[in-house]
Amino acid sequence: MYIPEYHAKEILAQYGVKVPEGGIARTAGEAEERARALKVERFAVKAQILAGGRGAAGGVVMAPTPSAVGEAAAKLLGTRLVTAQTDAAGEVVERVYVEEAVEAAQALYLAFVIDPTGARPMLLGSARGGVDFEKEAQADPSILETLHLAHDGAIDADALGAFMVRIGAPEPARAALHDLIAAMVRAALRNDALFVEINPLVITPANVAVAVDAKMILDANALFRHPEFETTAREAVRDEYERVARDNDLNFVRLDGDIGVVVNGAGLGLATNDMIAEAGGRPANFMDIRTTATSFQIARGIELLLNDPRVKVLLVNVHGGGMTVCDTVAEALNFAYSRNSRKLPVVLRAAGQNADWARSIMKDRRLPHENAATMRDAAARAVAIAGGKG
Amino acid sequence: MAILIDADTRVLVQGLTGRAGTFYTDLAIRYGTECVAGVRPGKGGSTHVGLPVFDTVAEARDATQANASLIMVPPHRAADAMIEAIAAGIGVIVCVTERVPVLDMLRVKAALDGADSVLVGPNSQGVLSPGRCKIGVMSTRDATPGAVGIVSRSASLTSEVVAQTSALGLGQSTTIGIGGDPVHGMGFADALRHFRDDDETRAVVLIGEIGGTEEEAAAEYLRGADFGKPVIALVVGRHAPAERRMGHAGTLAMLGARSAAQKAQILADAGVLLARDADDVAPMVRKALAGA
Repeated sequence: MYIPEYHAKEILAQYGVKVPEGGIARTAGEAEERARALKVERFAVKAQILAGGRGAAGGVVMAPTPSAVGEAAAKLLGTRLVTAQTDAAGEVVERVYVEEAVEAAQALYLAFVIDPTGARPMLLGSARGGVDFEKEAQADPSILETLHLAHDGAIDADALGAFMVRIGAPEPARAALHDLIAAMVRAALRNDALFVEINPLVITPANVAVAVDAKMILDANALFRHPEFETTAREAVRDEYERVARDNDLNFVRLDGDIGVVVNGAGLGLATNDMIAEAGGRPANFMDIRTTATSFQIARGIELLLNDPRVKVLLVNVHGGGMTVCDTVAEALNFAYSRNSRKLPVVLRAAGQNADWARSIMKDRRLPHENAATMRDAAARAVAIAGGKG
Repeated sequence: MAILIDADTRVLVQGLTGRAGTFYTDLAIRYGTECVAGVRPGKGGSTHVGLPVFDTVAEARDATQANASLIMVPPHRAADAMIEAIAAGIGVIVCVTERVPVLDMLRVKAALDGADSVLVGPNSQGVLSPGRCKIGVMSTRDATPGAVGIVSRSASLTSEVVAQTSALGLGQSTTIGIGGDPVHGMGFADALRHFRDDDETRAVVLIGEIGGTEEEAAAEYLRGADFGKPVIALVVGRHAPAERRMGHAGTLAMLGARSAAQKAQILADAGVLLARDADDVAPMVRKALAGA
């Protein structure tokens, strides 16, 4: 669950991380007002989208006066920002964050992640913070320093001291940086963060450590103990299709092809999409019917595909197991088709529990379909139909 | 033999009295699994699906000599349930619960450190030694006792490979779902170690996917081990789009995250036979066993 900059800074500030003064604005007028209230000499106007890479994409603008802030906001708001972390269509800027532009003596990189192999939280840091950090670190991993914490996040002060030296923190700033790191770790642990990134982490000429940019990813599985993030969780799903799917116990990712895919199980879903690609086709989505989904919920997922004009054929690949059985999915197809005028052809491959039953439902309800004996056959048929060679 | 669980395994169920616990325990008993107890705090002393219910795992263990546990409790109680089973010295702990928070799993892993328990999961379909013992929620419809060990990150593909290997008359020694969560118990390398020492297992199928480092760990183990049995791997997600949106894909790349194709190559370099796709797995196993 992605937490955009303004919200991440708000959370971090609650735990004692120093962030520049600022506020959110939805209009150019609001942005200018925000700037006037700040009473500083230089401003940063930053597009708030649910992805990083904004600096390099022109989503962060420096402005010398409140009226220049208003102009910058007018230019950003409503535009589509395409960054290295968005898809090709980019994301519409609906909010900007206006804050004091902080003077930097040094820009560091700092992040909190979970090391799954070691099953411990870990700090990442570098002396080379800034917009190009990821690119530089991939080219030269030696610029990245790491520090494992105890499994409960406890920090060894000596080890942290050595880490701060390794990431090039100047001596007079280390006490402030120590406090900032401890506060960031506290914020991460108390909010079930899987990832917190502060980049750049600015050391000012007065040796103050300030989180100039921040983002967080929270563990969606821990939402039950963070009801305060329920709205954020809903807003984090930007795609309307994915939102409907989320509400219906389906994992659904929109892709750019023309073969609609209905599968139970994430592994089988990945395997199915691999087979479509290898047969020369392109899936319109990834779907994993969660084990708890009912046929009504699955029908909602199928309707999403029927309503998507790009989709030309449905490939239904179900392995009835201990939890989802084949006839549940066939009933779902029947529900969806009885409520929708677009009768896309279905290629059905059913195996395992109640596979015969599923095939007889398809036949009895006269759903436009053909049966495939193997996954490979099913993929080949779907690709042929989508290519007009059905 | 089989690995981890067999006909002598005595299973207790944590969360027995819930809807899922009731349903799957009933199925396991019908399958012939020796289920001996249930645990549900506050319901100690009662009986459920014919099994005595205890307040704690330790009480259930003392009264019934249970040596394995199936955990089917809600996500917010899963970590404590796993830690309780570890503290009670249960040998094999299988956690089926999905959506366990990652930070909770860090506590569980700390509890496992130095303990004798083997944890499978969470978010696992379970462990099955066909015809002998079932601890989990998988279908047993197509499973038959046999020579193929299966260790997998995917429940659905495990069902697939079970059906395929049974159809070819090969059968399975034990199937293990290690679960799809980033922080989990038993990994591929641990499972391979068990399969190597099991006489009944003549070949191992490893089903991996994008994300994590299980495939890399398996390759590292195989490079250093005299494994002596064919290992056939399927790694899915070769055509999945790179994860851009979550915004930490770049960070994962910095830390050395690999694609499905790279994982497959690393396994191949360690002597593993690669299946082209999901339909290819069982025929490859048959071929490897015929040549062995």
